Amino acid sequence: MTRALINVPPKAKRGEVIEVKTLISHEMEPGYRADNTGKLKPRDIITDFVCKYNGEEIFRAQLFPAIAANPFFVFTTVATESGKLTFEWTGDNGFSAIESADITVE
Amino acid sequence: MLEQGGLPHSTRRRFLVDAAWVAGGLALVSVVPGGSARATPAMMQAAMKKVVGEAPVRKGKVTMDLPPLIENGNAVSLTVAVESPMTAEDYVKAIHVFNEKNPQPNVVSIQLGPRAGKANIATRIRLADSQKVVAVAEMSDGSFWSDEVEVVVTLAACLEGSVP
Repeated sequence: MTRALINVPPKAKRGEVIEVKTLISHEMEPGYRADNTGKLKPRDIITDFVCKYNGEEIFRAQLFPAIAANPFFVFTTVATESGKLTFEWTGDNGFSAIESADITVE
Repeated sequence: MLEQGGLPHSTRRRFLVDAAWVAGGLALVSVVPGGSARATPAMMQAAMKKVVGEAPVRKGKVTMDLPPLIENGNAVSLTVAVESPMTAEDYVKAIHVFNEKNPQPNVVSIQLGPRAGKANIATRIRLADSQKVVAVAEMSDGSFWSDEVEVVVTLAACLEGSVP
């Protein structure tokens, strides 16, 4: 079970630049570490993260093994209209997680 | 076996000689693959070239914040801020971060647009060694700007506990 934490201000003024924080639990196994029997653990990372605001893409990140475990991103967006921000993470071994947050713009 | 314990001189010497061989063998094995698993400054240049192409990369406009002395390379706070009005005509298209000595030269590639409002991002990265980290910003007019930080890492990420 994947846990994701999303921090989006629930209310914002129109045109205001808001800060979005996201954190998802994931090992981000880089593929260069050995397990306790000395065998190399295969790579298992999140490779892509996309944030959409009412369906329109506003932020995209391509992740490499150099991203720390439990990938954390902070970015900004202009509060244009009330609606939904959706967050999607995809990665190795068919990993996929989707979260969303509502925002009211006045 | 117990009877051999009665000859401390010879068995002790034997043990020490064997131990020296084993230790020497381990040292050899651990040195060789360790060296090849790292990226090099040349690999970083190649990875940057893939993104930038032939365009010149100028210093400025980009401010990267990394602690200069890092105790634990497993999770290092990284922030990148790019000076830009972030309007429909003039905005930051992408921010790419590279490093010199992790196993791979790429760290993260971020796509932004005018809707970001500000070109400020933060994340947490892994650093395997004391090295140079470079952030490159791609502007909507096709120009590239960069900033670099030299960091000292005490406890390395990625390679600890790797195959000896």
